[in-house]
Amino acid sequence: MILLAYIVALSGLVASGLLVYGLKRMSSPVTAVSGIVTAGWGMLFVVAASFLQIFSVSDAAQPHIVVNVILAVLALLIGGGWAGWKGRSVAMTAMPQMVALFNGMGGGAAAAVSVIALTGPKDTGVGQLLVTVAGGLIGSMSLSGSLIAWAKLDGRMNKPIRFGGQRIVNAAVFMLTILLGVMAVAQYHQPGGGLFALLFFIGALLCGICMTVPIGGADMPVVISLYNAFTGLAVGLEGYVMADPALMIAGMVVGSAGTLLTVMMAKGMNRSITNVLFSNFGEATKAAATGPQKEAKSVSPSDAATTMRYASTVIIVPGYGLAVAQAQGKLYEFVKLLQAAGVDVKFAIHPVAGRMPGHMNVLLAEAGVPYDMIYDMDDINDSFADTDVALVIGANDVVNPSARTDKSSPIYGMPILNADKARQVFVIKRGMGMGYSAVQNPLFFQDNCAMVFGDAQAVLSKMVEAVKGLSAS
Amino acid sequence: MITAMTFVIALYIFMLAAFTGYEVISRVPSILHTPLMSGSNFVHGIVVVGALGALFNASSVLEQVVGFLGVMLGAGNVVGGYVVTDRMLAMFKPSTKPAASASAPTQGAKS
Repeated sequence: MILLAYIVALSGLVASGLLVYGLKRMSSPVTAVSGIVTAGWGMLFVVAASFLQIFSVSDAAQPHIVVNVILAVLALLIGGGWAGWKGRSVAMTAMPQMVALFNGMGGGAAAAVSVIALTGPKDTGVGQLLVTVAGGLIGSMSLSGSLIAWAKLDGRMNKPIRFGGQRIVNAAVFMLTILLGVMAVAQYHQPGGGLFALLFFIGALLCGICMTVPIGGADMPVVISLYNAFTGLAVGLEGYVMADPALMIAGMVVGSAGTLLTVMMAKGMNRSITNVLFSNFGEATKAAATGPQKEAKSVSPSDAATTMRYASTVIIVPGYGLAVAQAQGKLYEFVKLLQAAGVDVKFAIHPVAGRMPGHMNVLLAEAGVPYDMIYDMDDINDSFADTDVALVIGANDVVNPSARTDKSSPIYGMPILNADKARQVFVIKRGMGMGYSAVQNPLFFQDNCAMVFGDAQAVLSKMVEAVKGLSAS
Repeated sequence: MITAMTFVIALYIFMLAAFTGYEVISRVPSILHTPLMSGSNFVHGIVVVGALGALFNASSVLEQVVGFLGVMLGAGNVVGGYVVTDRMLAMFKPSTKPAASASAPTQGAKS
């Protein structure tokens, strides 16, 4: 029995080592692929070893052990099978909401552990109970908040829900939930304690919903990253309650790494986390959007393609529209034709282009675009002024010059790509619709800018044909 | 049961783990932000081990139901997190041919 306990405990040590090492390897493009495999082995190992616990369960659970093991295997198969199928079958564009969904599930699992610790008959100390409540609160908020984030990204919930005094209501719900949590701890040994625990978890779920519904879809990546850190923290706290150092380590590593990642993402949009969470972004836009409007020019795909074919430098700015149209392969085909004609082509990636940081990099990597053609904003922004053509594909807010000039604009101060400074700008867009932040883009009305209307896939196909036609003749 | 010493050791573990997480992420190129978020999402799926422990020790129907839910959600976190991260990172392999995505996107959002 003691040997078994050692094996279980040491498996946690090995697993947390492998998980952290895997995460470290994932932080470099060269070793990233092997990193997730390393972490995967660690996880498989610790889950398998945890089944050894069935030989050392508490006396009260002894008569139920067979049922419990069957339930555990069933739960693993159902949960794992569903998530595996869903994760494999979903389109690449839907990845952000998948991360949100799976993250919410982790938060829910942490909350479930907390429920059992808080309602179980075991004799638990007050300090541990308080940690349980903290973990339960954070885990539940992560569960309901992530589900809202998923619904927003999946297009099931399109408008932010805002009302007067919302912050006061949210604060009240939060305070009440904490009060209920404290009551649940204080009444732990009384028969009525379970009721407080139930109300506490309902309140905690409500907190996650209240916190997320007023936030606009454009900010969801930051929110998902924040809830990712939340879940990590909740797992760490529940690890303390379960006296499992592996959970404590893995959870807290994710908690801090996730927090840092959240800060980096928010910085990419030139906003603080408090600003994302509490500013009601986009509220003032309706007033700002009106004003004298010129007509935007439009050109045919083949005209634009011809201009680029005879340019010497082209910088491509991809955005979410490219991901929606799944046109990355077509785009690279077009780029290769340009390169064959001697054009210097570069890609410029805004830190928050797409729906997640790195979204565009992943997309271009899928098409096989080499890393050395892809530039971060800071490295390329000065080059636009010397560039013949900037080709903007399905991006809007990240090239909106009013972020530089218009103090009344809600995106004022956000660092943008200086695509407007290129000699000629082409914008491939499906229509004159506004970007995710619902702000009008003066770039489209500039003299050096022309719109190429249409789906990115269709437009790029025509561009490829046009350039091929030029080379053939 | 929990002595002052074990509580302090727990605080040490939390502190060192927090530094580790910070170090692991701090020098990451933005190209890897999305896969890393997904990867760390996978890592906290270890909560399934805690849920398994709780379910094995369940002695009432309530505990069994909640434990079952916990293990199911945790397993979803683990497997889903792994699959999604793996799919994202597979695109960084230079050798593999880009898979043609046949699935039509349903979302009409624009950026």
